[in-house]
Amino acid sequence: MSDLLTVLVDGILYSSWLFIIAVGLTLIYGVMKILNMAHGSLYALGAYAAASLAGYWLNHGYAPLGSYGMLALAAVIVGLVMGPLIERGLLRFMYGKDEILLLIVTFALFLILEDVIKLIWGVDPFFISEPYGLLGSLDFAGLSYPAYNLIMIGVSLASGIGLLWILQYTRQGKLLLAVIHDREVSLAMGINVNRFYLITFTAGAMLAAIGGAFTAPTVSVVPGMGVEVIVLAFAVVVIGGLGSLQGAALGALIVGLVRSTAVHYLPEIELFSIYLVMALVLLLKPQGLYSAMEARKI
Amino acid sequence: MKQKQLFSIKLFPGICFVTFLALTSILGWTIPAGAADEKPIKIGVVTFLSGGAAGPFGVPARNGAEVLTEALNMGGKVPTPYATKGFGGAPIELVFIDEAGGVTKQVTEYRNLVQRQNVDLVIGYISSGDAIAIPPVAEELKKLTIIFDAGTPRIFEDGSYKYVFRTGAHATMDNVAAAYYVTENKKIKKIAGINQNYAWGQDSWNDFEAAMKALNPGVQVAVSQMPKLFAGQYGAEISSLLSSGAEVVHSSFWGGDLEAFVLQAAPRGLFKKSTVVLTAGETAMFRLANQIPAGTVIGGRGPHGVFAPDNELNRWFRKAYQERYALFPTYPAYKMVQAILGVKAAYEKAMAAAGGKAPNQDQIIAALENLTYETPSGKVEMALGKGHQAIQGTAYGTVKHVKGQLTIANIKHYPAAKVNPPEGVKSEDWIKSGFKKTK
Amino acid sequence: MKRMDYTFRILTGALAALLVIGPFLPQWMLFQVTVSFGKGLVVLGLLLLLRTGLVSFGQGLYYCLGAYTAGSLGLSLGLTDAVLSLLCGAAVAGFIAFILGFLLANYRGIFFAMLSLAFSMILYGLLVKTAFLGSTDGFNVGVPTLFGFMFSGRWVRYAVYALACLTVFLAALIMNRYLKTSLGRLSPAIKDNEIRVEYMGASVRRAIHIKYVIAAILAGAGGALTAITIGHIDPEMAYWTTSGEFVFITILGGTGNVLAPFLGSLIFESIRSFAYEYSPNTWQMVLGAALLLVIIFLPAGLWSVFQARQRRV
Repeated sequence: MSDLLTVLVDGILYSSWLFIIAVGLTLIYGVMKILNMAHGSLYALGAYAAASLAGYWLNHGYAPLGSYGMLALAAVIVGLVMGPLIERGLLRFMYGKDEILLLIVTFALFLILEDVIKLIWGVDPFFISEPYGLLGSLDFAGLSYPAYNLIMIGVSLASGIGLLWILQYTRQGKLLLAVIHDREVSLAMGINVNRFYLITFTAGAMLAAIGGAFTAPTVSVVPGMGVEVIVLAFAVVVIGGLGSLQGAALGALIVGLVRSTAVHYLPEIELFSIYLVMALVLLLKPQGLYSAMEARKI
Repeated sequence: MKQKQLFSIKLFPGICFVTFLALTSILGWTIPAGAADEKPIKIGVVTFLSGGAAGPFGVPARNGAEVLTEALNMGGKVPTPYATKGFGGAPIELVFIDEAGGVTKQVTEYRNLVQRQNVDLVIGYISSGDAIAIPPVAEELKKLTIIFDAGTPRIFEDGSYKYVFRTGAHATMDNVAAAYYVTENKKIKKIAGINQNYAWGQDSWNDFEAAMKALNPGVQVAVSQMPKLFAGQYGAEISSLLSSGAEVVHSSFWGGDLEAFVLQAAPRGLFKKSTVVLTAGETAMFRLANQIPAGTVIGGRGPHGVFAPDNELNRWFRKAYQERYALFPTYPAYKMVQAILGVKAAYEKAMAAAGGKAPNQDQIIAALENLTYETPSGKVEMALGKGHQAIQGTAYGTVKHVKGQLTIANIKHYPAAKVNPPEGVKSEDWIKSGFKKTK
Repeated sequence: MKRMDYTFRILTGALAALLVIGPFLPQWMLFQVTVSFGKGLVVLGLLLLLRTGLVSFGQGLYYCLGAYTAGSLGLSLGLTDAVLSLLCGAAVAGFIAFILGFLLANYRGIFFAMLSLAFSMILYGLLVKTAFLGSTDGFNVGVPTLFGFMFSGRWVRYAVYALACLTVFLAALIMNRYLKTSLGRLSPAIKDNEIRVEYMGASVRRAIHIKYVIAAILAGAGGALTAITIGHIDPEMAYWTTSGEFVFITILGGTGNVLAPFLGSLIFESIRSFAYEYSPNTWQMVLGAALLLVIIFLPAGLWSVFQARQRRV
């Protein structure tokens, strides 16, 4: 029994991490129809910025609890700098082009950003592990878990619910839904679509950076860390149905639980468990679990 | 007009192709510089400069190469027997290539190094996949090639090469010595492992498991976790290891994965519950000084770094490296130095045999075969693989914090013959036979 | 007399030129052209899919299958014949694609891309777990022979190079013909609007299935060619980044002509190789920037340089 509970807890913890890294990707795809390969680089940038900023904060002897604020601040800065830079500087010239071409543009961007990160921070790893241990540990089902995991769950829930609330209950959110639904009609109705694209991309970049920033204390921040999350995030988003928030949440939950079950009972298949799930879900629901109906063009 | 255009269209792709070929050839053929007697010896150095392996392995190795060659080129800086300038008086020039990108690219770049850049020899390869793919190409191109780090025993156990050498011991030693170390004083009943799911992790675990079974008949394997390379999040794996009840947890993790694993496992008490053996832990010990819990068993894939003997060469190297990079050198730096010094020793031995003339490649190869030479890590013997594969002793130790400083206590050295198979026996068979001394 | 096709003329000319200058090229260039052509074959398959509006992020599956087929022939049966390897690699890839095609023919857009990616990653996972094939370290493939004939010294490389040139010539020629058949001409129609295609009485599913198999056969041949050229194979060939690189080259070359994949591949390999040599620390940035420049200034790929001129005539 406690075994099953462990599987569940491990699965949920992993899911919350997956959701943080995937939510920005699904938001950008939902609004702009861009599958952003550079998402992984933004995640890595967030992690590096967080390690630098929180490291600076702690080295100067400020209140250790403030380091959580620094993680968030780092993510916000990365989002506000990189989002507009990429969207205004590059992507806006590409709108209306083929989805695949846009995908490749973000791939090129990813290659460039990987080396930019290397030029700024070098190849040596960075640690910012203090925030991870600061809150102590909790005992659960006979095992101890760092309380930092609660922060991860909190960030994950906050970003998901926050986005959902904005979309459904604010005026701007409703306008955004209109843009998602039909770009041309929205333009005709006088909605400033370009502004929404800028805001969306910035928000998506910020979410990626939040993912990286809050992951930073649990890992060593190293070159190439962005590559690893890209396909994971893709898989989660595709399983859930591209562009759907609820889908991303469900996708993260499924992948997290499947992986933790595999690790506990069948470690041999961990390597491709996620792809098996993805293939299975797509075979049963070709558009992912939560997919918007698409009008057929005749 | 129309006619003229048609003509240009027909030829345009052809012209483009020819221009492309011409341009690449011009760019590619480097003009040999300098007078004949000062012609530098050009070494192609292949090591990770990007990706996850750059920080822990690739860059320390590059730094090691730079510190050593600069000192060698000045002459008289490096302690005896390496006081002569460069290789037998000829200066050394290094050409660096990134090892990232996979085997296909590495084979292409190897050919480019040899045939386009005309290097005199190649030293490199951290990834075992590259180290298996390169030797046949080296034989085809007849170019002296030194593998300095890659661990797989397969290179000289499955093949036989004239132009290829490996100056570092292979990975079997790491895991056999680890098994000796943890069984030194007590009998172990239950072991577990967490290794990356790729050849290096699988081989390491298989060797360790077999060695433990040979030393500890009846030992049980509680669980073997094999997460994906660079997975980064190990929550579920750590839970599984915690509830496995294993006394010893073996891990060949390196780089970011190792560091993430320690950061995530230490607060959950895994290091208190079991003895954790990190076979490649040395690369991370300085950075993780405050996070690696006391009692962790650490290896450095040979007598490198903190395990290195206190000889004059080592004192010089540590000082020179630290002055230049403000860091202690870790084992990849030592292994790189070991490779370059091996060639230097062979070069100068061959030169003496040739009556002081610059030796040709075949003479250097003959001198390097079965050579025994001194390095900052002690003596290296080219004893296996018909004199092409080095063996070396190794050491393990336990982490201890003294006044907030990380130190390694209880260091045990294992002589080369104890932890390496004899010539002509495959590592796997040797372990399974219970470490028999002869065939 | 019917005027000979523009592409056909270039192809024949290029083949003759390549075979003649081959022995005079430096060895490294011979090798690089061979590797580029191996990749170009895979890209030619992607071109066909892309013209149909489909992008496969899992072409590494067939590339890897072809390579492992060629490698296994040598490993288990001791067969090193280059032509046989190529044919077997292509056949195995085609067969697997025929089976998977029943599933994949139902998918479009990003879902087609992702499902094909999932399949190739499953193969990757299986190979990583297969110890007797060397796991991620892979294994070496012996020196190729041609119809029982062993080449010596530098002529080995020339033989493989000549084989690559011939294969590319045949593949491009057949593809060029195919694109002009009625089935081939369905591609842009399906990309444009498949419901209209169905109304016309053609089966979109079947058309896509056939194209998928053709693309896989080309990828399998490309993989086998790469295996005998490089002399080593490993599961990395099925990893998604390898597939991504193929898509990258497809876009770089453009889809305007069957020669574009080979031009794209040659240029991609050269940029990459010189970036490795001259800026080993920032080669990714050079590659990314080069691609961005091409997309911005030549959105239809490098081949559009030629196409624009062709249309003016």
